[in-house]
Amino acid sequence: MYNRVTEADITALKAICGETNVLCGDAINPDYAHDELGGISHMPEVLVRVHSTEEISCVMRHAWERTIPVTVRGSGTGLVGAAVPICGGILLETTPMNKILSLDADNLTVTVQPGVLLMELAAFAEENDFLYPPDPGEKSATIGGNISTNAGGMRAVKYGVTRDYVRSLTVVLPNGEIQTFGAAVAKNSSGYSLKDMIIGSEGTLAIICEAVLKLVPLPKVSLSLLVPFPDMKQAIEAVPQIIRSKVTPTAIEYMSRDTILFSETYLGKKFPDTKNDAYILLTFDGNTEEQVDRDLSTVAELCLQLGALDAYIVDTEERKKSVWSARGAFLEAIKSSTTEMDECDVVVPGNQVDTFIKYTHQLAKEFGVRIPSFGHAGDGNLHVYICRDALSDADWEQIKADCFDRMYEKAVELGGLVSGEHGIGYAKKEYLRRQYGPTPIALMQGIKKVFDEKNILNPGKVCF
Amino acid sequence: MRILVCIKQVPGSTNVEVDPITGVLKRSGIPSKINPYDLYAIETALSLTEQFGGTVDCITMGPPQAKAIIDEAVCMGVRGGTVLSDRKFAGADVLATAYTLSQGIQKVGSYDLILCGKQTTDGDTAQVGAELSEYLGIPNVANVLSVDGVQDGKLVLTVNLDEAIVSLEIALPCLISMDADINTPRLPSYKIRKTLSADAVRFLGFGDFEDQDPEHYGLSGSATQVERIFPPEKVSEKQTITGDAQTQTDALLTLLGAHKML
Repeated sequence: MYNRVTEADITALKAICGETNVLCGDAINPDYAHDELGGISHMPEVLVRVHSTEEISCVMRHAWERTIPVTVRGSGTGLVGAAVPICGGILLETTPMNKILSLDADNLTVTVQPGVLLMELAAFAEENDFLYPPDPGEKSATIGGNISTNAGGMRAVKYGVTRDYVRSLTVVLPNGEIQTFGAAVAKNSSGYSLKDMIIGSEGTLAIICEAVLKLVPLPKVSLSLLVPFPDMKQAIEAVPQIIRSKVTPTAIEYMSRDTILFSETYLGKKFPDTKNDAYILLTFDGNTEEQVDRDLSTVAELCLQLGALDAYIVDTEERKKSVWSARGAFLEAIKSSTTEMDECDVVVPGNQVDTFIKYTHQLAKEFGVRIPSFGHAGDGNLHVYICRDALSDADWEQIKADCFDRMYEKAVELGGLVSGEHGIGYAKKEYLRRQYGPTPIALMQGIKKVFDEKNILNPGKVCF
Repeated sequence: MRILVCIKQVPGSTNVEVDPITGVLKRSGIPSKINPYDLYAIETALSLTEQFGGTVDCITMGPPQAKAIIDEAVCMGVRGGTVLSDRKFAGADVLATAYTLSQGIQKVGSYDLILCGKQTTDGDTAQVGAELSEYLGIPNVANVLSVDGVQDGKLVLTVNLDEAIVSLEIALPCLISMDADINTPRLPSYKIRKTLSADAVRFLGFGDFEDQDPEHYGLSGSATQVERIFPPEKVSEKQTITGDAQTQTDALLTLLGAHKML
């Protein structure tokens, strides 16, 4: 079905991208065969590092004519195998396209290339007194990757997700054609939103080459509150009450003592408090200290009424760092605590979070495995990890499959969805298919065919 | 054990502008906080009383607004504190600051152990602790990494001498300055904040001190004078090293060596 990459193809790609930007065979680092979660692994036949939209266009025109599969990769921090070249072919790395092209302070937008890292964009926005609100935990992910998965992150409770901040995208279609979808405008009722089809399509419809992103003025005051509870049940049950109080925190994260201790070991740095079994971490922002302190006090009072043991104020740069750096390291910390793990990134309605978490505890007991979790309690997006520890290959595969089946079934039963922000990629295809059924999957496949009738762009992912 | 922690109010942000004419930090409108280095001393003090019993108080010199950091320390678990505040104390260098603190400490009571942070984020001199101990006539050790035990009226300390980590004993009463990053300071408690009372903070001024010679305080009592304060030059120059791994490593090593960073 696909052609293998030949010497002639390599020569053509080198002519487009330059000798040093085209790597083959042993010259390709084995890390390019997988993403952050591992598990799914396949080497590309050729790795191409691109530096411009025009180069991407030429590479795609060549791949289209020769029917060679192409997979796009940013920092490789994905968690569902979306950037794994499972059919071989060309792996197209966009990290060299890492320039912040312009800041438009009149229209509150920033124009970036896809390889800009989230942390670089966040710092740039802040230096210019703006905020780029999407805030996924993995700060070294590229913006191209964030858009491709419609990443959410910790501020979604108040500010929404990546999709809400993409004004326009310049993309290369699978046949090499360059197109811009959307515009740097605040409103758009101009036909089907092709821009929104690209967002979250995990590199299956087109390659993102440039993005115009919306910024908001940087809130002048931001405070966090770390609230200890005697147990996870009380902590999680407090979240719907907080939402109901009509104070809108930017983030509501939950974390268990176990997860915090993994993070302490991983970072070699103590967390400010580990005496209690469960914590909720909230952030409030605004333009005056009085307003933010009022919100913080309202929620602190409410939490104390709901059984919290205290509410610790996280107000200075040092205190924020001591708490949020641990939160940012949870994924890596859990990973380093076990031999192998796999993740369930479900999203359930906000008022079902406690039911779902309790269900994972029940599963952990039933199957005799560790299932630590943390996540965005405020928006219902939970990151639940099944840890392999000392399980044999056969037991691991069986228990993992059984646990995933049960967790996804439960999520659907509670009115949730298979993925909140990590995407479907290769690993979660079956669960998407089961939840959606034939018609939505057929519609997705139809859309894919319209963009890519030869199915050369990131084949075997999402809905195929 | 009765412990006193010396703390200072510093700007809450690292982006404080310097007035180009007067050379004075533009503090107005900038939020303030406890000097981050002092938090390690507060945490050490609170941990010590958790282990061995006792009380922790704190003391600061500054304008009346410095009350805020006493409140903050109380929210962390400190019992209470004193603000040494008087116009006569203004413009003090490290020597006059240490002397003023020594006068204040003699007034507020006797302590077995006085703890200081390594330095401040706005002054960076790291001298007040040692000078204060001289005025109080008690021994002092700086760069303390941990207090490992209290026995027979002595503290057992682990101390960073840069080229060696040593274990020392020091007789109480004494003053020790804690190194940076030695612990994770606890967070201020909202529950305690709700119960804060004015009684926890005491104000003392020049009139309360034993030594009534104004020449010993503030600018007059300072042995040094600040000629000019200016922000450090920002260097944004970047250098990209290319080539294979070996070439890049060699070039980086040479570069770091040339800049005396290795």
